[in-house]
Amino acid sequence: MSTRPIATTRSATGIPTGKLAVWWVVGSEIVIFGGLLASYVMHRLGHPEWAEYASHTNPWFGGINTFVLLTSSLSAVLAHHAAEHGDGKKAAKWLVGTCFGGLIFICVKAVEWTIEIQHGYTITANGFWQFYYTAAGLHAMHVIAGCVIMLIIANDARKGLELHRVELIGIYWHFVDIVWIFLFPLLYIAK
Amino acid sequence: MAEHEEHAEHGQSHYVRIWGILLVLLTVSILGPVLAPHIEEAAAGVGAAFVKGWMITLLTAFGIAIYKAYLVAANFMHLNIEKRYISYLLATFLTLMVLFFAGTSPDVMKHKGQNWENVAAEAEVDRALKSQESDSHGGEHN
Amino acid sequence: MDVAKQGAARVGDDPLNGIDMAEAGSVTVDTHEAHGHEAHHEQSFWSKYVFSTDHKMIAMQYMFTGIVMALIGGYMSYAFRMQLAFPGESVPGYGLVSQGEYNALVTNHGTIMIFWVAMPMLIAAFGNFLIPLMIGADDMVFPRINRLSYQIFFISAVVLIASFFVPGGGFGGAWTAYPPLSANAQYNLTPLGATFWIVAVALEFVAFLLGGINFITTLMNSRAPGMKMYDIPMVLWMIVIASILFMASVGPLIAGAVMLFMDQVIGTGFFDPNRGGDPILWQHLFWFFGHPEVYVVLLPAMGIVADVICTFARKKLFNYKLILFTVFATGIISFFVWAHHQFVAGIDPRMANVFTVTTLIISIPIAEMLFLYIATLYGGSIQLTTPMLWALAFIAEFLIGGVTGIFLGASGADIYFHDTYFVLAHFHYTFFPIAIIGFYAGITYWFPKMFGKMMNEALGKIHFWGTIIAFNCIFIPLFILGAAGQHRRIYNFQNFPDLAGLQDMRVFATMALIVMLAFQVVFLVNFVMSLIKGKPAGKNPWKANTLEWTAESPPPHGNWPEGLPNCYRGPYEYSVPGREEDYWPQNAPPDTAPAE
Repeated sequence: MSTRPIATTRSATGIPTGKLAVWWVVGSEIVIFGGLLASYVMHRLGHPEWAEYASHTNPWFGGINTFVLLTSSLSAVLAHHAAEHGDGKKAAKWLVGTCFGGLIFICVKAVEWTIEIQHGYTITANGFWQFYYTAAGLHAMHVIAGCVIMLIIANDARKGLELHRVELIGIYWHFVDIVWIFLFPLLYIAK
Repeated sequence: MAEHEEHAEHGQSHYVRIWGILLVLLTVSILGPVLAPHIEEAAAGVGAAFVKGWMITLLTAFGIAIYKAYLVAANFMHLNIEKRYISYLLATFLTLMVLFFAGTSPDVMKHKGQNWENVAAEAEVDRALKSQESDSHGGEHN
Repeated sequence: MDVAKQGAARVGDDPLNGIDMAEAGSVTVDTHEAHGHEAHHEQSFWSKYVFSTDHKMIAMQYMFTGIVMALIGGYMSYAFRMQLAFPGESVPGYGLVSQGEYNALVTNHGTIMIFWVAMPMLIAAFGNFLIPLMIGADDMVFPRINRLSYQIFFISAVVLIASFFVPGGGFGGAWTAYPPLSANAQYNLTPLGATFWIVAVALEFVAFLLGGINFITTLMNSRAPGMKMYDIPMVLWMIVIASILFMASVGPLIAGAVMLFMDQVIGTGFFDPNRGGDPILWQHLFWFFGHPEVYVVLLPAMGIVADVICTFARKKLFNYKLILFTVFATGIISFFVWAHHQFVAGIDPRMANVFTVTTLIISIPIAEMLFLYIATLYGGSIQLTTPMLWALAFIAEFLIGGVTGIFLGASGADIYFHDTYFVLAHFHYTFFPIAIIGFYAGITYWFPKMFGKMMNEALGKIHFWGTIIAFNCIFIPLFILGAAGQHRRIYNFQNFPDLAGLQDMRVFATMALIVMLAFQVVFLVNFVMSLIKGKPAGKNPWKANTLEWTAESPPPHGNWPEGLPNCYRGPYEYSVPGREEDYWPQNAPPDTAPAE
């Protein structure tokens, strides 16, 4: 392992380098999801027939998943809180808890999609469902990626290393949560 | 809690409180479409006929989503104590998406305009609506 | 290793380290900083050249990949220009160009030159090389992400090249990849080529997002103590603003790439109007990125030119702040102009009015910048070295590109000019100065710093005049052809009686292209010869001010092993009255004689 360059430790803006980078990551993600969701909204408003397609989604699955993600966000922020107080072990525990939330989210999604696909609502069924699977799928990939990174960070945090990273993954996770907060009404509620 | 630091207690309870508010909001947003027709009726009863069901749904769905996103961003992502320009930065990225929507929607959302018509899209809307109508006449429950 | 780790941990404990040092001011050599470095030891070939995390080596990797891709892209242009000049005849060194191959060559020439030449050479190569050196840091802030960025970029290049060798051949739906042609293998006949193409482009975006985050964060956080906002060399501002523009605009296209990929592979109908999609949506997604992208590659070239003309006019940059604010304005306005590419695509005519106005507005800041550059030259003691010639050529040639853009930005005129060779000549008059002239200005200027040797001036000037004259001979005829109504994307003009008579001009342009490509050999020879037996450059051969010239040439790992420099003034303090020397390095403490 190479050591960190001096450049990384400087902070002319007053924001630590890693955190600054995460904010830029969040910014670039906003435009990725923004572009996709803007495209979806345009189509949804321009196609009255999509209302009927959309009525087949199950808001209970969406609601449960929103609950799960909101709770995992709480767990992520508690991990940050613990890390701030130098308690790496506790931070790691909360992070693993957050990951567990991500796992439940993916499992619920798997059950939900299986039922939908069995009913014939596949990605090629029509315009609504292709956006539904693309947007939710892109989001689910972010959840999975976040879980993997979180486990790595939790492993370090457990040994008391790189505790500042707990906050960074937290910011990313909250962003993923916010994306879902918007996906939920767009895909499940507005009918 | 193992260590009873006063500050820590305060911080943690704050996060839990925010989480509670988020869950209440979630419940409201799920119940919104269910209650909307009743609210519309009740409003008409007390003379506020301008209140329509779709307004309620829109408010409970997206108004609440925006507020939830604000709560998470401010309290969990700590934008409230972060340097201000980070908020401006993220707001700029969001504004760009509004710009994208504004520039693109006249062509994509609408199928007809000044001296132009998106014939293929109109045909698809027609076809789909007709087939949905015949489906529902055929007694298929959705 | 342990010592190094401790050093790093100690520095890392104090996030405000940089600020403290800035307040300390006069401390030039901070001893505990030096411990942060890896102990110098012999590195194997792989860890030194291939898996290096050193920003200079990554810059070299980007640059040489870019040069190789430029040669491939140039070879493609040779093949399809020969087909146009001598239709149906076998092209020496290529063979017969079939219709499908012609499409694939044109498409990939465009894609390669924008995404695999202009971007890696201008942003990634110069960005990686210059940012840490010019701000007085030892490396980028995330060296391993930097390495990952290059590796993804390299894979993307391999995927793109591979698309030529899959069944069906390379993608031929133009670099803008408009659906339904790009979305449906029934139409484009390249089921795999089209998918490889979109995957390669998406990977390239990921590489530049990673690189961009690195550039932005490094410039924001890791400046030398004392370097304030207005002390940053203009080229860095421009590279970083370009990275921000890229990051802010590419998102919708990444989403669009996912959608197009699914249309191709899974059979969704995002861009199929018969299934509730919309092909115009792709054009919006593409150009919402595509137009800021023009400024993404323009700005770094503009920045390189700014630094070069200041050094060789021995004059302060004329109104640094105004140039900077002009760049900000350009960046913001660049988001409001994208639909001028779509005037004939069936967009709402009322939107066309709006976009005409915004497009004409954006020519104002660009013209303003060129005026400010000319004002910088005014009254300077100009040295016509090779980099200066390239910089001056940039201003002159880009001006032509900009002025011809006015015709295309006005929606009325664009209806006639759209998709003719006029458009083609216009954007080559912008992209050639950006990608090629800008690159040559930069490489001839920083070659001594990169490799420690001077380039040969005589060969450099031969290369310059040969390239510039040949370039104008290629594209001025194409303006005339375009105005005569010659459409782009046509395989053989002999099939069009109205256009067949203009064949002489096509042959002339093709000959000029061959001459121009031949002159690039002069550059390659100069490059290699200078590497082997060029004069040693010393630290500061051009007597320039910016911090990179205070490091060794080439800079060692860590850039300033004896301690990182501090910064005391702006980057363009040339010919300051009352000073013996006509330059004043940024790191020289005030009220003393210039360092060394």
